[in-house]
Amino acid sequence: MTEDMIVHGVEWTVKELFVYPNEFIYWSIQIVMYPYMTGLVAGAFVLSSLYHVFGQKDLKEIAQFSLVFSLALLPVAALPLLLHLQQPLRAMEPLLTPHFTSAIAAFGIVFTVYGLIVVSEIWFVYREYFVHQLEALRGSSGFWNAQRRIAYTALTFGAKDVSDEAIKVDHKAAKILAGVGIPVACFLHGYAGFIFGSVKANALWMSPLMPVIFIMSAVVSGIALCMLTYIVIMEFQAFRQRRKGGTTEAGQTKGAEIDIIAKATRYLLGFLVAAISLELLDLIFRGYTAMKSWDILRSVMYGKDFVNIFVLQYTLGNLVPFVLLLLPGRTIKRTVLALLLVLFGVFMMRWNVVIGGQAFSLSFSGYMHYHIPIIPHSLETFKEGLFGALTVIATPFVLFWLINKFIPSLRRGIGET
Amino acid sequence: MSCSRRDFLKDAAGAAFVSSLPLSAFVVLTADEAKAAVANATVRWGYLVDTNKCTGCGMCVKACKNENEIPYDSPVTRTWVERYVVTKDGATHIDSPDGGRDGFTSDKIRDEEIDPDNIAKAFFVPKLCNQCDNPACVQVCPVGATYKTEDGVVLIDREWCIGCGYCIMACPYGVRFFHPEHKVADKCNFCYHRITKGMMPACVESCAFGARRLANLRDPDDPVTKIITTERVAVLKDEYGTKPHVFYLGLDNNVR
Repeated sequence: MTEDMIVHGVEWTVKELFVYPNEFIYWSIQIVMYPYMTGLVAGAFVLSSLYHVFGQKDLKEIAQFSLVFSLALLPVAALPLLLHLQQPLRAMEPLLTPHFTSAIAAFGIVFTVYGLIVVSEIWFVYREYFVHQLEALRGSSGFWNAQRRIAYTALTFGAKDVSDEAIKVDHKAAKILAGVGIPVACFLHGYAGFIFGSVKANALWMSPLMPVIFIMSAVVSGIALCMLTYIVIMEFQAFRQRRKGGTTEAGQTKGAEIDIIAKATRYLLGFLVAAISLELLDLIFRGYTAMKSWDILRSVMYGKDFVNIFVLQYTLGNLVPFVLLLLPGRTIKRTVLALLLVLFGVFMMRWNVVIGGQAFSLSFSGYMHYHIPIIPHSLETFKEGLFGALTVIATPFVLFWLINKFIPSLRRGIGET
Repeated sequence: MSCSRRDFLKDAAGAAFVSSLPLSAFVVLTADEAKAAVANATVRWGYLVDTNKCTGCGMCVKACKNENEIPYDSPVTRTWVERYVVTKDGATHIDSPDGGRDGFTSDKIRDEEIDPDNIAKAFFVPKLCNQCDNPACVQVCPVGATYKTEDGVVLIDREWCIGCGYCIMACPYGVRFFHPEHKVADKCNFCYHRITKGMMPACVESCAFGARRLANLRDPDDPVTKIITTERVAVLKDEYGTKPHVFYLGLDNNVR
């Protein structure tokens, strides 16, 4: 059979016992990445809103950063969906002819609304900075300065009033947007949970708890990633400062602040407890009610996927970091380890939902195993393989680096509200 | 540039008139008119599978693949035949090698030899799209590329399907797949191109045993409809609320 005649899913699906002929792992690694990245976006935004809306002052620094980081993550939430489509050139169709009985149909709309909220909140927070940059660049020579001037002129949208009253209006607008953004962020992600939870044909996915579980774990992963990136960047800057022989003055780069980390950790733990409780409730409920599908679900959860679910997700991804973060005498290094494990745990949860949900046949009489393509030999095995997933993971960091050139979210004293 | 209020109003009225012209090309239909325009409401296609008659020869699968241009050697298929062997210890052995396309020529089920004396019962069950009245696949399609016709058949628009796979996930019967060539969702449509011209689906035509038959459920005089309405028939997985319209005679409780 020629390369382009290969059936989607054949290359990474191994069947065991009786599986219907047309069943394959149709939703693979990119659909694992989709809720994972969306969750990071939503979580990052919620963390930033804790400061902007609820005035958690000690989160100020990480809040600015996570707001901008959530912008960098935003396009990456849609990227896996695009990579997974069999007809990527028709990706705009859900916006052109949305069929609203479908849970996916509103994705473009929710996603766009959320994107507009994030972009406009960032604009209100950083408008003053744009204007100041423009003033500082006035009269400066050189090609790049000219380019920067054009960029900042465009970014101000002509609103160059930096009087106290104007700034006050900016701050108020940012606060309102952050407030509106929280439900929208939760909706964006709860909605990803609904996409799975409403598939009645899938015994593992179908659960009204799914959207709530997704939101909780989203916030967990978002906070963890923001804390982690924040620590790494701040420590790296402090390290570079020390190498240069400079002293760490106040207001300059001085590494990650333990107060901020402590505060953010408290939120992280709270959401983690909520997420685990809901997941366990779901599991217990399924076992207790023992519907028709329970036999096969049990054999998948306690048998085939035991390591993935109970060892990697619950123990290594939830329990271990939970203990690491709660034990007294927490250090930055231990926090970093715990955060990495939390991120891994949430990833495994997405994996166990998406791949685990396709690990058994609709006939309840057989199993399917997913073998992720490592070395790509075609566009499809690249997109839906390890390297496709790594591309998705790397993109937000590249975007953040670019955005940070114009919107320095890590420099203190900029964009305060 | 100056623009008086009079000029502005004049231009605005002109623009409104011109832009409303294309709208007049559309005709608003009432619900009944729309129904009448779409299809003849005197037809609702259904299907009857008599599992007692199926011998598992696989001719229906062959015919379907050829008729509907599903690559012959690819593992996906619009219809398939399952073999059930229930042993005396109560265990159910099921297989469908290549969708049953080449018949069931081996006694082994996945390399497992089953002692003929130990078999309590064995039978074949053909499967195809159930053309549900409440199709989950149509509900979840984000772009409306799959839809139910007025005569009850669920179709897919190959020009509009984005290939997201949500319909494949939503179908409890596993009848959908991605067409290897067209890269869009695909499934049985009762050979819609044939039945709308008065012909029988390829699988019905090719079944030498009369195990597969098409019915117009709105026609009380249709012989197949008479069987469905007067005899004891069952449907697959009715717990999903999809209201399937493929009816089975002699459906065993072991059938998945």
